[in-house]
This record gives sequence, structure tokens and C-alpha cells, in this order.
Amino acid sequence: MHLELRGITKRFGSLVANDHIDLDVEPGQIHALLGENGAGKSTLMNVLYGLYEPDEGQIVIDGKPVSFANPKDAIAAGIGMVHQHFMLVPVFTVAENVTLGIEPVRSLPHLRVAGRLGLLDRRRARREVKELSARYNLDVDPDAVVEHLPVGTQQRVEIIKSLARQAEVLILDEPTAVLTPGETDELFAILKSLQASGRSVVFITHKLREVQAVADQVTVIRQGKVVEHLAPTATDAQLAAAMVGREVRLRVEKGPAAPGEVVLAISGLTVADDLGGTAVNDFSLEVRRGEIVGIAGVQGNGQTELCESLLGLRPALAGTVTIAGDDLTGADTRTVLRAGVGYVPEDRQDDGLVGDFTIAENLALDVYDQAPYSRGPALRLDALRDIAARQIAEFDVRTRSSEVPVRTLSGGNQQKVILARELSRPVNLLVASQPTRGLDIGSIEFVHKRIVAARDGGAGVLIVSSELDEIYALADRIAVMSDGRIIGIRPPTVSREELGLLMSGAHRDAPAEAAS
Amino acid sequence: MTAATLIPTGRRTVDRQLAAGVTLALLGVMDLALFGLAGHTGTAKFGMSLAGASVHVPDLSLPARGTPIVAGAISIVLGALRIRLDLSPALRRTTMGAAIGLFLVSFLCWAAAGQTLSLVGLLQSTATRSIPIVLGALAGCLCERAGVINIAIEGQLLLGAFVAAVAASATGNLWVGLLTGSLAGGLLAAMLAAFAIAFVVDQVVLGVVLNVFASGLTGYLYDRILVTYQRTLNQPPVFRNWKVPVLGDIPIIGPVFFDSNVFLYLTYGALFLVQAFLFHTRWGLRVRAVGEHPVAAETVGIRVLATRYRNVILGGLVAGLGGAYLTIGSVGAFGKDISSGKGYIALAALIFGRWTPLGAVGAALVFGFADALQNVLSILGTPIPSDVLLMLPYAATILVVAGLVGKVRAPAADGRPYVKS
Ligand SMILES: Nc1ncnc2c1ncn2[C@@H]1O[C@H](COP(=O)(O)OP(=O)(O)OP(=O)(O)O)[C@@H](O)[C@H]1O
Ligand SMILES: [Mg+2]
Repeated sequence: MHLELRGITKRFGSLVANDHIDLDVEPGQIHALLGENGAGKSTLMNVLYGLYEPDEGQIVIDGKPVSFANPKDAIAAGIGMVHQHFMLVPVFTVAENVTLGIEPVRSLPHLRVAGRLGLLDRRRARREVKELSARYNLDVDPDAVVEHLPVGTQQRVEIIKSLARQAEVLILDEPTAVLTPGETDELFAILKSLQASGRSVVFITHKLREVQAVADQVTVIRQGKVVEHLAPTATDAQLAAAMVGREVRLRVEKGPAAPGEVVLAISGLTVADDLGGTAVNDFSLEVRRGEIVGIAGVQGNGQTELCESLLGLRPALAGTVTIAGDDLTGADTRTVLRAGVGYVPEDRQDDGLVGDFTIAENLALDVYDQAPYSRGPALRLDALRDIAARQIAEFDVRTRSSEVPVRTLSGGNQQKVILARELSRPVNLLVASQPTRGLDIGSIEFVHKRIVAARDGGAGVLIVSSELDEIYALADRIAVMSDGRIIGIRPPTVSREELGLLMSGAHRDAPAEAAS
Repeated sequence: MTAATLIPTGRRTVDRQLAAGVTLALLGVMDLALFGLAGHTGTAKFGMSLAGASVHVPDLSLPARGTPIVAGAISIVLGALRIRLDLSPALRRTTMGAAIGLFLVSFLCWAAAGQTLSLVGLLQSTATRSIPIVLGALAGCLCERAGVINIAIEGQLLLGAFVAAVAASATGNLWVGLLTGSLAGGLLAAMLAAFAIAFVVDQVVLGVVLNVFASGLTGYLYDRILVTYQRTLNQPPVFRNWKVPVLGDIPIIGPVFFDSNVFLYLTYGALFLVQAFLFHTRWGLRVRAVGEHPVAAETVGIRVLATRYRNVILGGLVAGLGGAYLTIGSVGAFGKDISSGKGYIALAALIFGRWTPLGAVGAALVFGFADALQNVLSILGTPIPSDVLLMLPYAATILVVAGLVGKVRAPAADGRPYVKS
């Protein structure tokens, strides 16, 4: 299928999110869409998927103009989309999710009525899933319940769901943001096999390495306009310059750490996960003022629960947590924050922001009751607005005003709001989980600088990231976490191979243990 | 499982294990002491068939003191096992169920000492008394599986009862009463749907308001019209029992399930239909998708709002039927607030039954049984004060269900309005 977008324009009030965008996706092409946060990539894809109606412009499929009033139309025209927040029913099985809306029903030759009742043909649904997963190497169990599957597998279910609807063009919006490096490689293999079957893929990413790895064609969008078409052979510097319009330093400069007193001491911490198992297991670590400790590890090895426990969001079953000299084991979140802890949660939409609050309100969420935000029981709205305006400018949050609901911001800009809030006040300790998830490279540079500045200002910093590049860029010491424990601490000069081995080593142990 | 994975959960599991074990043992001690040692001597007789049954099953005689003592001992042993062993969830539920069952047996032996208690009669009235609750719970199930909270079951029962009584009296035709009663419930549900779906009113508040409205409206009409025209408008005929040939003659089961009036058959018919449709058809899958993740449903072309309207109104029709039972299926005349909280019990049954029709029936039967028992006990004459007896159905439902049902989870989008962006 040959897909063309011609002169697509989409406005939100006075803001032009897409400004006469042309895009040409040829059959069998993997097309990367690159651009800063708020450039208009997701908006464009939502237009293509029938979620937004364009104000101007046309979608043309194989030479014929089409228009989509809703996703149903887009699906019928052969367009599939894998959303950042998956459109899967968590309590349904894989087969049920894949066939929802196009369910195979049993036809009983001698019982015509039964056919009309629409009895689900589960066996056929299962077979369809199996066929698709065999054909495109999408390994999934059709009977697994979706909520029990890791994100990478859920994403595969989304892809199968699109394929089951005969998608010819597959849209993926930042598909790798939530994946582990291993899962990312698997996804790319899948994309290649889709390509081999003549389907096309449009995917959005902020990671230049990925563009170079799979894309055939790159389109760069800046402030709603297409600014450049590039071949994937372009260098990092070229791609970055096209995106941001200036030169970007991909690696921040930082001086050597000057570690001071211990600001965070975790000793023997044990934390349960949601299912009653052990997520963090006898975990001990110290972070000093003036140093950045990076926790590297494959996601799902207890990092989330560790951070939640430090912040008082999840009870500790054993062990102690001492912050700036005070024993804060089991303290409530407010007490922890008052002890001077800044926190960037992993899931910005669930834990970091209140979507319907304005940007200004979100920026004051954890300090609203202190000067200068409040005087006595009253909020000082003017102070709120002034400070917000300053932070928005400083962190380059792309928005029209500080008074719009935060959910209308692009993904990366939402992340910047959290970072602005947590990095703008003096802290003793900064705990940041995936701090630059979804940020464009220009913003990553800026955020990394700010984190290093916090360190140099005397704060202890704990970074959790599944992104090795980020760990290398920031950490003064790298702690590898696996199966709820620290299995090794290395200096930042450690090789990628050794780190990778450490991270996966524990994983190799587990099945061997089970087998013996 | 390695030892390490047991450590953190250990504290909590031990606490719960201990609490459950102690509960079991306490039930056992009550059997033993209250009903056994302090009970009456003699035998307790339980009637196993009704007078005139074609197949006669002999009565069951149990020693009135010995049975509770043995039952109590078993429960205490079960309690000890529960504390000492880490049982599987299924076994845990079985032990709790067994202890509750033994408690019931002990209680009945104590209450029926030296007398005869018709067990079949008790079960028969359990089945009929749970009819409005089962229908109410089915109504709730249809709504909430599609994502609309239905607090208004009570009002739908009430309005259905009123309209059925009046229509059946006025026309002299029971089927007209049944149909209009059901439609009345559907009408109230249509109001619920319109306000909840189109105007996005808070569904809990809305449900309560509709209940007050139904109670006020029927109360007013009762005072102003039915009292005056009692003979023409509030003396409906009542559906007669129709015994199913052959099946009705099966011992015990026959009189309980196959010798009743049309409402019981409709109830169980509806129950199996809803259960089957909800979990085995295309329609059911889509309904559940709408109740769990409406945005996902919409993107694959399922019409979320239409599904919700349809289900809420369908639920109302079912609840209206339950209302009709209260008058033309049982006592005949309408009385003020005749539903007496059954709609809320139905709601509880739905939740305790994990939003599944079969589960809800289980909970509804517990209530029906306690309700029937309360009635029988007041006839047998026990030293328990009658006010306490009246409380029994409600207390029993809470206790049994709390003991047997673990954590429940509502449909994810239950009560959340869906607004197209
Ligand atoms: N529903 C909406 N209402 C108002 N403004 C919106 C809405 N959705 C997006 N915008 C605005 O449109 C612009 C483009 O947003 P979009 O989400 O397309 O960016 P993006 O390129 O996907 O960025 P990111 O890389 O951060 O995800 C942003 O300025 C955003 O604030
Ligand atoms: Mg985006």
C-alpha cells in the first residue's frame, strides 16, 4: 500500500501542531519520524489513525483520497497503530484481545440458530493468533492473560492485533521507550519481517541509534513542519542538528565527583511486589553527597519497587533506609519529601502528574503549602503563575501558557514538567527513575546538565535507568541490579560487555537452578 | 518456591492464617458449647419430602446434642490445621465452607431438638425468597459489566412491583402485569442511562436519587389512589405454581426447583442466559470490553455508548421482573416500600459474586436461605428474640460471604463515564 499525506494541518486553538505536512510512505518501507518534543509527531499519527480530524490536507492511499472519521475507518483502510498506552483489555486473554471486534463465531451446520447467537469460536481465535505469531516471529501464548505479560510482549500483542485486521501500514509511537534492549532488538526483527512481507512501518523515536538500525527513510519534523528528509546513513550529528536546529552535545561534560558524607544509606531492604513475591531482596547501597550512582539493570528486577519504597509509597518488610542522617524506614511520603528528597517517578502519567491540573499547579504539587506558594491557608496564585512561567522557560516546556491542563502537552513536555518541579528546589537527594524517557536529544542534554549540577551542588543522586547510554553519561558509580539485589558495583570505565554480562548473568542462573 | 520468596509475605500470611484458623476454631467451640453441651437432648428430625410427594424420602433424624459436639470437634481440628499448614486457596475456602456448614447443621439440630423441621420446605422457600435478589443482581451485572454502576436496582424493583400489581388488578391478566412490571423497571433504567451516559451525572448519586424518586412516587400513589381503590387496583391475582412433569417428582430437588410459579423458571432461565451470553458469545465479549477499557473497544469499532444504553435498559427490564415477583408472584397486593432493601442486597450479592451471574446467585441463595430460616425459626419458637431473627439474613450474608469470598475486582471502567474526545 502506498500512503501519502498531503498538506496535513491540525490546529489546537491558536497552536498549529501540524503545519502542511507532506509524508510519503512507500510499500515495504520503514519510515522513521524524528523531531523534538512537541514537534507534532504524535498529532500527525493520530490524524492518520482517525483520532483527530485534520483541519486541512488529505490522506491518499494508492492514489485515492480517503478520509477517516474514527479509528474504525482507518483500520478498515489497512492502517494499524500501536499506541504508547496500549489499547488492550488487561483482563482478557491475548486471543480475546486480538479478535475483539472481529471475533470468529461458531457456525453449526445443523443448528442455524446457534450461529446467529454469535457463540465465540475460541479455537479458531487461538489458531489465528498462532498463525500470525508463527508467520512474523511474534512469540506469544494466545491463552495468556494480557495483564500478566511484560510490556514487550503486550506490544507484540498490539502488533498481532493490527495484523489480524490486515494492516498494511503499521504506526508505532515511541515503541522502544518502554522496552529493554533485548526486547528492542526483537521488535526490530519483527519490523524487518513485516517489511519483508511488503508492509510499511512508520515509527517515532528519539533514539538515533534505532533510526540507523532499521529505517529506510527519515523525516524530521520541527515545530509542526517537515524540515528535512534524510537517509538513515546520516550521522548522529546530522540527525541531531536537523531535529533541534543547532548542534547538540550527545554526552555532557562533567568533572570528577567529589563524594562527601553519606546522604542515603540503604541496608538490608526487602520489599514485596504486587503479587506478594519479593521484588527487592536484602538490598544494601550507599549514596554520598556529590556523587551520582546509577542503577543499571533489566527492567522488572525490583527497580520500581525500590524507588517506591524509598519514597514511602510501598512498605519495607525488612531493613532500614537512612536519609541525611534520619532513619526514614517506613516513613510516609510527605516526611521523606520534607527531608529534601526529589523524586522523578518512572510512570509520569500515573505517578508524576495530575493530568487535569494546569502546568502551574503541577509544578507546585509538592511545595504548594510552603512560601512563596502560600501565605497562611491561602494559595498565592500570582506566585504560582510567575514561578511556573520561569520554570517553563528554563526547561523549555513547549506550551502556550502555564494555565493549560498538563495532559494536553506532548509526552516529552510532560516529562519536562516533572523534571522542572523536582530539579528546581534544593534537595539533599534526588531519586530519578528513567529521567529522560521520551525526551528528545536536545532536552536530554539539558536534563543531564541539570542533574550533574545538582550533584555539584552537593546533592546525592540515584539514577535508575534501563538505558545504558544514560548510565554511562551520568553515573560516577554503576550498581548493577538483578533479581532484587545489587550484584556488582563498577566504576564508569567498565566495558559495555562486562556490564551486559552482569545484567544478564543472573538471568542465566535462574533457569539452570530450576533445572537442577 | 525458594525460602527467600516466602520471607516478606510471611508476616502477613501468618497473620491471616492465624485469624482464619481462630475463626474456624471459634465456630467449632460455639457448635460444641452453645448447641451441643448447653443444648437439648433428644433427636432433631428433618423432613426430606413434602406431604403428598409421589416419592417419599424418609425423615432424617440426628441426635440433637451429639451432632453439634461432633461437628464442633471437627471444626476445631480444621482450625488447628488451618493454623499449622499452609493450605492452597481452594483448600482454604473448603475448610471455611465446611466450618460454616457444620455451624449451620449444629444450629439446626439445636433449634429443631425434639421437633420436626421440614428441610425441603426450608430449601423451597430459600429458592423463592431469593428470586428478586437474583433478578436484581442480574440487572446489576448487565449494567456494571458494561461500565455503568446501578444503585437504582431497589427503585426498579419497587416500581416494577407497583406497576405489576396495578396492571394485573386492573386488567385481571397476570401476564399483562408481568410485562408492564418489567417495562416499568426498564423505564427507570432508561432514565438512569440517559442521565448517566448522555449527561454524565455521577452514577452513584443518580442511583440514590432514582431510588428516592421511586419510593416517593409509589408511596404517594399508594396513599392517594391505591388505598381508596384497593379492590380494583391493588388486589391482583397471583401466579399459581406449575409443577414441571417428571422433574417435579425428583426427591428434594423437585419441590425446590421444579414446583414453583413462572417467576422461578424465568429467573433461572435468565440466569443461565446471561451467564452464557456474557462469557461465551461475541456480544458478551464486547460488553465486557466496554466495561473494562472503553477506549480500546471504541478503536476496534465497538459502539461504547450504544452498548451501555442497551445493557442498562436490559438490566432494568430484568429488575422490573424481579419487582413484579414481589407482588403478583408472591403476596399479591402492593405495600409501601415492599422491596425493603432487596435491591441493595442484590447489589451486595453482585459484588460478593465477583460480578458474575453464577457467583451472584450463590450470594443471593445465602440471603434467601437465612431469610427462610428466620421465618421457620419464628414458627418453631426459639429463645432468640424476633428482632435478632429479622436481622439474621443480613448478618448471615455479610459473614458468610466475607468468609468465603476473597478480594474482588470490579470491571475497570465501572462507573466511569465515557466521553468521546
Ligand atoms: N489534545 C490537545 N489539546 C491541545 N494541545 C495539544 C493536544 N495534543 C497535542 N497538543 C499540542 O500539540 C503539540 C504537538 O504535540 P505532539 O504530542 O504531537 O508532540 P510530539 O511530537 O509527539 O512530542 P513528544 O516527542 O514529546 O511526544 C504540542 O505543543 C502539544 O502541546
Ligand atoms: Mg508524542
